Amino acid sequence: MSAALLIARREFAAYLRTWLGYLITAGVLAVWGVMFNAFVLGRGPLRSSEVLGSFFWVTSGLIMVVAPLFSMRLLAEERNTGTIHLLYSSPVRDGEIILGKFLACYGFFALFVLSTLYMPALIFVNGKVSLGHIAAGYLGLMLIGAASVALGVLASSLTKSQVVSAILAGCFIALLVLCWTLARVTERPLSDVFNSLALWNEHFPPFQHGVVHLRDVVYYLAVTYVALFASTRVLEARRWR
Amino acid sequence: MIRVEGLTKYYGAHAAIRDLSFQIERGEVIGFLGLNGAGKSTTLKVLGCVLLPTSGRVTIDGFDVVTDPHEIRKRIGFLPDAPPLYDEMTVGEYLAFVAELRGVPHDHVGQRVREVEDQTALREVDGDVIASLSHGYRQRVGVAQALVHKPALVILDEPSSGLDPRQIIEMRALIRKLKGEHTILVSSHILAELSEVCDRLLVIDQGQIVAQGTEAELARRAGTEGNIEVEIRGPPAHAREALLAVKGVNSTLVVKEEGGTTLLRIEASGDMRPEIARALVKANVDLLRIDRATEKLEAVFLRLTGPKGQPS
Repeated sequence: MSAALLIARREFAAYLRTWLGYLITAGVLAVWGVMFNAFVLGRGPLRSSEVLGSFFWVTSGLIMVVAPLFSMRLLAEERNTGTIHLLYSSPVRDGEIILGKFLACYGFFALFVLSTLYMPALIFVNGKVSLGHIAAGYLGLMLIGAASVALGVLASSLTKSQVVSAILAGCFIALLVLCWTLARVTERPLSDVFNSLALWNEHFPPFQHGVVHLRDVVYYLAVTYVALFASTRVLEARRWR
Repeated sequence: MIRVEGLTKYYGAHAAIRDLSFQIERGEVIGFLGLNGAGKSTTLKVLGCVLLPTSGRVTIDGFDVVTDPHEIRKRIGFLPDAPPLYDEMTVGEYLAFVAELRGVPHDHVGQRVREVEDQTALREVDGDVIASLSHGYRQRVGVAQALVHKPALVILDEPSSGLDPRQIIEMRALIRKLKGEHTILVSSHILAELSEVCDRLLVIDQGQIVAQGTEAELARRAGTEGNIEVEIRGPPAHAREALLAVKGVNSTLVVKEEGGTTLLRIEASGDMRPEIARALVKANVDLLRIDRATEKLEAVFLRLTGPKGQPS
């Protein structure tokens, strides 16, 4: 088995064995249920597709909050307990360490997102929405999740403290999301740059309405790649300290 | 096998180690001796390919730690100062994970884990979660993970730290058992731990090697070879008079006086046992025993690393 998958498997098992993953999952699912009731179902009579759209809207926001919590442990904990020395002294490339960590966290995240499927299922059974709309929305959630988790991995590579890691990841995500506000106060072409950098505003709404654009897919994959690449460089730089 | 030339490592503006040079041959057991903060861990981390050197050249088996760390990592087992254990795993799972990570073929992992568990007496805790283990067991799991892939070079950073006296003896026995199979680098600030198991000691102080060699060679270097002990019958007064008359004897000291015998320590300029024996016999002193004072390594060590230590 490749080193990245080996690391991913161990890390994923750790999520399932420690209370942290369950605690965060349970807490956020509870919040999610309440928000689903308040913001999605509680908005008066709406068409089913609009209800589904609001579900994706609320969920994408929660994902950006949850990703830093899921990813904060990944590398910060390894450095804090010294287990990073095991990885550093093994014949494993830094990129494989990062990829393994990312895959584990993303796998757990995917389980978590899947556990929300009952909500659109309810809409599907009681209303009239297409499976394509649900699939597009979930693709969007998984993509914005990949970008958020990757930013979380980057934050976790920068510090020994899980709390600092979570805060940093939150800042990274918030900065990217808030790019659209910068776009509003700048002139073209700068405003175009900020607009296309914005993590949510420009790229998520199409998924929410069941539309998949290649450029949005590419955007999220690019953010994921850049964040993971930067994490690898951070890991390499740590050896020079 | 290991060749270190001019190794220097800075943390910011602080030099943890400066211009370190030494060589280690295949199969040797080397003790790395130094007080806390002397630079032992930093040196071992560079050799373990965890840290990169600021300057200098380090090769292991001909591979350079800067340009070929991947090749080196296949050949080493490293126990850092804190054992790198994942608390939520069981001992068996953890060792299997490390074995695969370090390149043991999948089909051999189970067998290797069993072998290393037998070697380090961990079989009985194979199914225990690491978080529940005592400190002694954790340390042993740390050693086991460094051995599980049968590396040519084993680097153990303070394997005995925090162990009780019986566990220290067990750890020493374990290292002795490894002798011959691996080249071993083991560090400690406790001398007794190293002097018995190591072929050679490197004494490091303030980031520099201040002495290297066997225990006896270190004693000679520290200038303690002129210390001689004699045991005589009767009171010491007459004997001391005779001794001080010998040219080259600088001082005498009564160490112990009981049951009609006296133990004297003599400080002379070199190994003057023949001259001292002759002088005592000539003076009609009953000489019971004469020997070089085997100064404990602790004293040698403190002398080497102390403020008056002579950098080599």
